[in-house]
Amino acid sequence: MTYLHHFVFGVYPYIGLAIFLFGSLVRFEREQYTWKSDSSQLIDRRLLRAGSYLFHIGVLGVFAGHLVGLLTPLAVWDALGVSHGAKQLLAMVAGGIFGGMGLIGALILIYRRFSSERLRAITTWRDKLTLGWITVTLILGLSTIFVSKDHLDGHMMTLFMEWAQRIVTFRGDAANYIVDAPGIFKLHIFMGMTLFVIFPFTRLVHVWSGFGAAGYVTRAWQLVRPRG
Amino acid sequence: MKIRAQVAMVLNLDKCIGCHTCSVTCKNVWTSRDGVEYAWFNNVETKPGIGYPKEWENQKKWNGGWKRLPSGKLEPRQGGKLRILAQMFANPNLPEIDDYYEPFTYDYDRLQNAPEVQTPPTARPVSVITGKKMDKINWGPNWEDDLGGEFAKRSKDQLFEDVQKEMYSTFENTFMMYLPRLCEHCLNPACVASCPSGSVYKREDDGIVLVDQDKCRGWRMCVSGCPYKKIYYNWQSGKAEKCTFCFPRIEGGQPTVCSESCVGRIRYLGVILYDADRIEAAASVADEKDLYKSQLQVFLDPHSDAVIEEARRQGIPDSWLTAAQKSPVYKMAMEWKVAFPLHPEYRTLPMVWYIPPLSPIQSAAERGLMNQKGLLPDVSEMRIPVKYLANLLTAGDEAPVLSALERMLAMRVYMRGKSVHGSEDLEVLKQVGLTQAQVEDMYKIMAIANYEDRFVIPSSHKEEVEDSFNDKAACGFTFGNGCSGGTSPQGLFGTRKEGSVIFVDMPKSRKNKAEV
Repeated sequence: MTYLHHFVFGVYPYIGLAIFLFGSLVRFEREQYTWKSDSSQLIDRRLLRAGSYLFHIGVLGVFAGHLVGLLTPLAVWDALGVSHGAKQLLAMVAGGIFGGMGLIGALILIYRRFSSERLRAITTWRDKLTLGWITVTLILGLSTIFVSKDHLDGHMMTLFMEWAQRIVTFRGDAANYIVDAPGIFKLHIFMGMTLFVIFPFTRLVHVWSGFGAAGYVTRAWQLVRPRG
Repeated sequence: MKIRAQVAMVLNLDKCIGCHTCSVTCKNVWTSRDGVEYAWFNNVETKPGIGYPKEWENQKKWNGGWKRLPSGKLEPRQGGKLRILAQMFANPNLPEIDDYYEPFTYDYDRLQNAPEVQTPPTARPVSVITGKKMDKINWGPNWEDDLGGEFAKRSKDQLFEDVQKEMYSTFENTFMMYLPRLCEHCLNPACVASCPSGSVYKREDDGIVLVDQDKCRGWRMCVSGCPYKKIYYNWQSGKAEKCTFCFPRIEGGQPTVCSESCVGRIRYLGVILYDADRIEAAASVADEKDLYKSQLQVFLDPHSDAVIEEARRQGIPDSWLTAAQKSPVYKMAMEWKVAFPLHPEYRTLPMVWYIPPLSPIQSAAERGLMNQKGLLPDVSEMRIPVKYLANLLTAGDEAPVLSALERMLAMRVYMRGKSVHGSEDLEVLKQVGLTQAQVEDMYKIMAIANYEDRFVIPSSHKEEVEDSFNDKAACGFTFGNGCSGGTSPQGLFGTRKEGSVIFVDMPKSRKNKAEV
């Protein structure tokens, strides 16, 4: 168990991040033609608006929450005067709202895909894997709220922060911090990390481009390419 | 003054017989691939009709093109940049596949494999999306062909604005015309402006608007941005695709496939010089009816010494300047003023122009059914309401359309007099403001329409700007990425990009002979 624990929470994060970054780079360089959002709106627009907006706002919100919540050093929170308990509550409420939006959106999108004959026909196994994986990860993440409400002091949360910060700063003992975490957290983390593994191989790569599209705001309306 | 050149097109609707040869040859060359079965880079519609995709001209519904803000600035009608970014998750202005049509093939096997049955077997349509049999085909790129369908549906046509359309529902008063449509390769393209990835661009050297297939991310904003709905979403590749103006042919000095194959010789290709610095001002004039004239002011006179000198200084090749002087497009648009842009009110400054059709009025005039206007029959009494044409070509301004129709009629009267009666009627030319030389030239280019007069296309000088050896065997539209060398100037591992080094040897039989 300890070996498995150390592998999953001490080594696997690096494998996952390496695949995520290097895989994205290789695909961008060699196979950019396959790099796309893969929208199915043309084939069937029914329910897309509600589903897609809820899903994207929810998932992006959750992603931003994890990024800020896990990687901001505790010292910063302390300096801001945010108590661990308060931060825990903030994480639960914000995570609950955005996670809930994301989950409702994901369920709408799944229903949309499988209730439409045309969409069913053009849905690939990669689409099913991506949407299914995110949905399960969201459900697990939302389930942790019910575990967290039994220990509102924020102690467990600080351990996860410690783990994440040690991972990204390459300190070998990261996995030790979450040995005693409840299984549901561990499963959620594993699913979340694996999302980074499947990322370069699915339509998820369009997330990069979504952020990249921010450059549009400052661009001139017209683009003229010179010869050559 | 920033001089640029564009290969532009004129379609003479007076001669279009609606045979769809352009559409079919285009289809075979460009869109006979997965995911674009429903897409027609070129299609021919019968007007009046709502067209393909349904009601594409109704910008209240689709929000294509540009709108002029109270400040005088332009913004895509579908929204500013932030709004476009916010709508990437679900584009409210995107047509659905049924607005085009569900792509289908036929169950041809059934015709050969059917068991013995009482009634002859039929080949039922099969959806290309689901693979299932379809009950009924509901729409297509020329669904209203030759006034197919009932008037109530067809008359939702936007061009009936300010026209008393009810009277045209009766058989005696009905009228029709064909409208072949392709990408307009606009000077102020709304598709380019709408693309958050910056993948749609206009080529500086010949004005062709293309989609960079590698850079396209499938955000679909160009599809809704284009008011002509001439940019399509490939639902298999997830990329936008559009008319390429057959750029590989244009680069080699050949006409586009639609132009080459046109049996009615209605299409013309020629170079137009324009001042890129004037585009913004021309597209944002306050009154929509001024847009046709303001676009004319963007074009430059290729015979002017000042223009030629400046164009040379800016690096436009002499062969392009010579071509611009011989350009049939320039003559029709600028000298004779018989060609007009398609829907200038979209503010895109389109570069595929149209000569309005002169309904068959000769026999009606001879039978005395039409009033005379001076020496000519009054063209405002022809079958197709002039207002209808003006709504198509000049944002509703009838005067330029009337003048063009009169000039075309005058050309006929003059040439008829000359070749049938042996008399040159100079009075009729005076009435429409044409000289004898001009009308003879018009006759040569518009009526005789020899190949070399219709297509004046200088070849591009790509060899000066790129190593064309590396383009050898390059990919066009294709699935997979078989011949990608990667997208950065240097390879991922630091190697220099090189073209394919596969040499195909001569066949043995010929080689043996060659060596003697």
